[in-house]
Amino acid sequence: MLAKRVSLRIFLRAAIACLALGTSSLFAGVDVVDFSDESLRPRYQQLVEELRCPKCQNQNLADSNSAISQDLRRQVQQLLEKGLSDDEIKAYLTSRYSDFILYRPDVNKNTWALWGAPVVLLLLGLFLLRRMSSKTSQPIVPTVTSNERDQERLRKLLGDDKGDVQQ
Amino acid sequence: MNRLTLFIPLLVCLALGAFLYSSLDSDPQELPSALIGKPFPEFSLPDLNDAERQRNPSDFRGDDGKGRVVLVNVWATWCYACRIEHHFLNILAEQGVAIVGLNYKDDRAMAQDWLTNRGNPYLFSIFDAEGTLGIDLGVYGAPETYLLDAEGVIRHRRVGVVDQRVWDEEFHALYQQLTDDADAR
Repeated sequence: MLAKRVSLRIFLRAAIACLALGTSSLFAGVDVVDFSDESLRPRYQQLVEELRCPKCQNQNLADSNSAISQDLRRQVQQLLEKGLSDDEIKAYLTSRYSDFILYRPDVNKNTWALWGAPVVLLLLGLFLLRRMSSKTSQPIVPTVTSNERDQERLRKLLGDDKGDVQQ
Repeated sequence: MNRLTLFIPLLVCLALGAFLYSSLDSDPQELPSALIGKPFPEFSLPDLNDAERQRNPSDFRGDDGKGRVVLVNVWATWCYACRIEHHFLNILAEQGVAIVGLNYKDDRAMAQDWLTNRGNPYLFSIFDAEGTLGIDLGVYGAPETYLLDAEGVIRHRRVGVVDQRVWDEEFHALYQQLTDDADAR
């Protein structure tokens, strides 16, 4: 019993160690960045997560290991050290790599449809929902059109020729 | 309710289908170029074959300083597609097209060997070891080719291999027009 418990404990420890090692190896892919001022680090992190790798499909600079992403991360770091604001850095990169590099591009003539579509679709959905619900909320008045022959058939089918089905 | 409104979903589906069908041909790797219509970025970088010599945009203008239509081709020895492209660049150079090489993030000795072995279609090659000019140009892969007019303004950009088909489709007419414009001045 005791041996079992000990082996379970060892197993759990090993599992936790594996998990810890697993996460640390994830971080190993990210290069070490030194800043003269530590307050730049969160801004750097935010920027490389928001900027898109131009070479790869759908990866940000932070996640990508391609050569161009490494260069651009270094460039972002240098621009931060130079004292540029976040907007200035984004402008620097968009003037070279176009809006493609931004995961959250500004609203302009190329992107208004992208930004506007969700709002338009939401409004359309609400409009349709309202129309449909206003229709179903009307009381349903069944229009019974039955003649003598139908009544006769109905009575026969129900096997009841005494009562009046229609009540 | 008008029965014609029942066709709206069908029309929406057809429109969506047409949009998606037309998108099949577009290349997701292709970025819209931010530099078309803008002057070639300033730089001062060593020449590939002569480390002492600094190259800058004024070298595009030619010895007489008059200005000429120039192709700037981004290449590197590590770039597999550049191998395929190189032969066609040699042909273009033989036809008298002025091509400047931008040797991008490469090893100098290997790049020099490459030109010795495969022929050198370039008037000169800029040696951009760090890729700084690459970043200013918005380069994200090699090969890339830029067409500059006689004023040094970027008029066209091609990401990927330039071969006879691409030249005929994208470059030739514009190159001819820009050359005529330059001659008329």
